[in-house]
Amino acid sequence: MILKKLNSPQDLEKLRAAIAGGRKTDKLSVNICGGTGCTAHGSADVVKAFQEEITRQGFTDKVEVKVSGCRGFCERGTLVTVEPRGVFYQRVKVKDVPEIVVKSVIGGEIIDHLLYKEPQTRQHFVHENEVPFYAKQMRLLMANSGRIDPTSIEDYLHYDGYTALAKALYGMKPEAIIEEVKASGLRGRGGAGFPTGRKWESTRKAPGDIKYVICNCDEGDPGAFMDRSLMEGNPHSILEGMIIGAYAIGSSEGYIYVRNEYPLAVENATKAIKAAEALGLLGDNILGSGFNFHVKINRGGGAFVCGESSALMASLEGKVGEPRAKYIRSSEKGLWDRPTNLNNVETWANVPLIINKGAKWFASIGTKGSKGTKIFSLVGKVHNTGLVEVPMGITLREIIFDIGGGIPGNKKFKAVQTGGPSGGCIPEKMLDLPVDFDELTRVGSMMGSGAMIVMDEDNCMVDIAKYFIHFLMGESCGKCVPCREGNKRMYEILCRITEGKGEMSDLDLLEEICATMADTSLCQLGASAPNPVMSSLMYFRDEYIAHIKDKKCPAKVCKSLITYNISEKCPNCGLCVKACPVQAITPIAKKQPVVLDQSKCIKCGSCYDVCKLNCVIVK
Amino acid sequence: MVKVTIDGKQFEAKEGEMVLNVAQAHHIYIPTLCAHESVAPYGACRLCMVEITTKDGRSRMVTSCLYPVEDGLVVKTNTEKIAKHRQMLMKMLLARVPDSDLVRELAAKLGVKETPFPLEDHQKCILCALCTRACAEVVGQSAISLVNRGSEREMSIPFFDNSDACIACGSCAYICPTGAITLEDKGDTRTLKMPNNRMSFKMQKCAVCGKYFAPKKQLAHMSAQTGRPPEFFETCPSCRK
Repeated sequence: MILKKLNSPQDLEKLRAAIAGGRKTDKLSVNICGGTGCTAHGSADVVKAFQEEITRQGFTDKVEVKVSGCRGFCERGTLVTVEPRGVFYQRVKVKDVPEIVVKSVIGGEIIDHLLYKEPQTRQHFVHENEVPFYAKQMRLLMANSGRIDPTSIEDYLHYDGYTALAKALYGMKPEAIIEEVKASGLRGRGGAGFPTGRKWESTRKAPGDIKYVICNCDEGDPGAFMDRSLMEGNPHSILEGMIIGAYAIGSSEGYIYVRNEYPLAVENATKAIKAAEALGLLGDNILGSGFNFHVKINRGGGAFVCGESSALMASLEGKVGEPRAKYIRSSEKGLWDRPTNLNNVETWANVPLIINKGAKWFASIGTKGSKGTKIFSLVGKVHNTGLVEVPMGITLREIIFDIGGGIPGNKKFKAVQTGGPSGGCIPEKMLDLPVDFDELTRVGSMMGSGAMIVMDEDNCMVDIAKYFIHFLMGESCGKCVPCREGNKRMYEILCRITEGKGEMSDLDLLEEICATMADTSLCQLGASAPNPVMSSLMYFRDEYIAHIKDKKCPAKVCKSLITYNISEKCPNCGLCVKACPVQAITPIAKKQPVVLDQSKCIKCGSCYDVCKLNCVIVK
Repeated sequence: MVKVTIDGKQFEAKEGEMVLNVAQAHHIYIPTLCAHESVAPYGACRLCMVEITTKDGRSRMVTSCLYPVEDGLVVKTNTEKIAKHRQMLMKMLLARVPDSDLVRELAAKLGVKETPFPLEDHQKCILCALCTRACAEVVGQSAISLVNRGSEREMSIPFFDNSDACIACGSCAYICPTGAITLEDKGDTRTLKMPNNRMSFKMQKCAVCGKYFAPKKQLAHMSAQTGRPPEFFETCPSCRK
């Protein structure tokens, strides 16, 4: 199809009709996930194998091979759907390809061993939407990313793409768009949860002829990857949101700030911009409306703090990425001191939906204070890790146990950390907490970017707090005293405690540091950094006390407080003797337990890992 | 002009003026280590935090060096909560630079005699960035910088290398509150000592009195800036007629 510049909403509709006409819904196709998770599982090779196999079998005219964006169930990659019947295969390897082509695509059979099996009940599921991981989700933002080829603007147009833009440009005044977004109750998905419509309004009302809009794709939280997935899997939805926002605000220049560690996101966003420009959906005189808007991509240099809006803007200006005080809001003085509206990837992606389906529809999803859906990256000690999109207000229990499938290995759930490194650890007794901005803040955690790290009985909460503080200590920009010195001092104290050298007074000192950091830090990185310490002190204080008073690590994680011991049952199989890197284990006699010399042991755990008879006991 | 109340007393102030400056103009003490009249406010030391209540009744803590006054603003500069936070900040700084007289004296003034944290004995720099800001904003050279981030941050010349951009004017040493940067003129040489760098510069001998009076590089810079011939700067200010 030759794509020409579109000069009116009618042109757009004609093109969309032509695309729809050219597509037979009953056409055979295999749709392979090309998201980063599946790519790591080898999906590029699977795609190649499908193309070769289909050519070899002479089905090129009959069967189409498509590569989609991320579908969220990253743990089970490579994910493949056989259309039009929608048979969902998981953990597909290159060797499975001939079987799928012959039996499933052409033969119409279902290949049982590639279906998803529920770990506990062993029940098999044929279609994607039946799999428990997907069944309880509400995939408004992510649905298309699993259907469309992110590099094809035609695919996006086919699924209502840019219809919201046409509606906004030709059917709504900028003020009406802002009112619609305000009425929808959409709050910023970057973490702070500021009402999006109000932010747009203040940027629109701010004096100045040059205004900027920015899309923040500098996702840095360990374990969070929803922004990457959206940018890789459906970049046009973000672009469309930005164009609508720019029109509402009165801006003609925008930036996508994306971290350089996301090469596929950079690539797909770049392609999306070029494709939208070629069709006249971006650039000068968009859809013949007279409205101009240009978008540039800026790649981040790798500092976590550049996800903070004012640091991001400093970085965009070419300066060192350090935050500034925001008593004068970015909506008045942001990038190059001009009124600037910055929103997160996920926030922008919600905009076309709100314009197309209406504020009322959007506001009907979620809780009183938090509307719509939220994408969480569910990781850690759960069966089903990946990206889950759920309506606000769903409980933690539903996310972790129904969607996530619970904790592997019959272990006991201990805590879930929400909101990234500076989020809080929520204990088991709060699993029925409805997840929204306000509830998470109320219990000492936060929504943050939507990272959700599940921990089980084998996680030591002091060690977890130490891990996150170590991360923040290195990622603090170092500008203000409480964040720079406070993180360092908290880390020192936590190291002391995990080494068995802590004192009870250390807990008071930790709390004092936390209070000062929370109140006096220059930006939210420092102000929220105490959360992992505060929340673990609040909910798991007994673990701290066990480290300090009993010199024990209840989860048996902290190396200084544990010893490896050989059980009397040990038959001297010799595995641990070979595995020990420091020759601390010596065999004495045949069928007699080996002897472990504690003075030589470096507590690496190699003996524990290799022992097949559970004869290495951690005390 | 707007009306603001600081510690119970009412003052008139120019709209947009920072709370710290208004307080200082009326001799109300707010501790600070990174504010200086010659450079733009920065907000790094956090000691100047105050509690404010705005006209609409909203109360919170703000950085007084960065918070512009507005009509009806009520400021409390030394509440119990703020005093406690300042003490914690001083404990952190005291551990960082235990040898700094300035920090020790300020800590004592704010009620801190010792710190619960392990002492670091090798430095004097508190990373207030007065030196780098003076170099950039006053001198216009940006020869020095703060490098790295988080607890690794230090004051240095980019890449820890000596700088061609430095004109040896000594503004950094002059503004440094803790003596982390020092300047020494000896014979025909000026030596600048910084936490990570040590640089020597040749001085100009006055054509009239014969005294060494300024670094040659600084004089060349002044000549280029002002357009006056280099010969003009070969005579010291006292001997110039």
